[in-house]
Amino acid sequence: MKSLAELKAIREKMQNSVGMREDAEDNIRVVVGMATCGIAAGARPVLTAFTDEVAKRGLHNVTVTQTGCIGICQFEPVVEVYEPGKEKVTYVKMTAEKAVKVVNDHLVNGNPITAYTIGANS
Amino acid sequence: MQEISLNILDVAENSVKAKASLVEITVSEQPAVDRLTVMIRDNGCGMNEEQLTKVTDPFFTSRTTRKVGLGIPFLKMAAEMTGGSLDMTSTPGVGTTVKATFGYHHIDRMPLGNLVDTVCTLVQCNPDIDFLYTHQYGKEKYVMDTREFRAVLGDVPLNTPDVIAYLRDYLREGDRDLQHDAPQN
Repeated sequence: MKSLAELKAIREKMQNSVGMREDAEDNIRVVVGMATCGIAAGARPVLTAFTDEVAKRGLHNVTVTQTGCIGICQFEPVVEVYEPGKEKVTYVKMTAEKAVKVVNDHLVNGNPITAYTIGANS
Repeated sequence: MQEISLNILDVAENSVKAKASLVEITVSEQPAVDRLTVMIRDNGCGMNEEQLTKVTDPFFTSRTTRKVGLGIPFLKMAAEMTGGSLDMTSTPGVGTTVKATFGYHHIDRMPLGNLVDTVCTLVQCNPDIDFLYTHQYGKEKYVMDTREFRAVLGDVPLNTPDVIAYLRDYLREGDRDLQHDAPQN
């Protein structure tokens, strides 16, 4: 079994950087639709892919979270990206593979992937 | 829904909406008596009797944005398809318990699926809620209690990427040991 000592080490490592994440000015929010429609369409692996990729790249300014049904169930899994000072980007019919690409192109390099957005798919 | 674990994720979201501070998820696999039970219990706002009788109706929802609510009906259908049932109890101000019973070996029983991802997703998206997850196989079981983690972490949030990675490994190990210890049949 994994030990709680490991968790303690994480705490010590993180305590220096607490406060940097959610309240920072450059904080990017990635919001995955997780209502019945989103879950049935495959939102869970999308959220897991975002979480893993953000952790792997050590992107401390990115928060991955969820929302309910936003009313466009036919486009699920839907992911919204909120960047301060920029217009919201809505990605539709997402997959785990697309999520990894969004982290790399959009969140890291600042280039939203137009082909995955709702504008290109409706 | 293709997996029971997705139904669990969906129904547990109701507990989040009900403003629960503690959500208990118990999965009990009892192949010897041909039974699989899934229980989700919360200490949220609860439902009155009228809501409780209507909640398995897909055309009833507490939401005001639209007129359908499919989470509970999906779980009920999945359970009944296997000769099982869905039972709910609720008390306003105290909480709600949802219990689904499945025929373990029934051909129409969906696989449990990825319970680890379901629990990780719930913790990641709701770092201020405590989750008590118990997975039982026959007499063996393992438990994950976020209150235990929270006590160690202090003010470091549960949805910190490193903590979620730890949690994922913790759950994977627990699941693997459970399968390993379980008698094969």
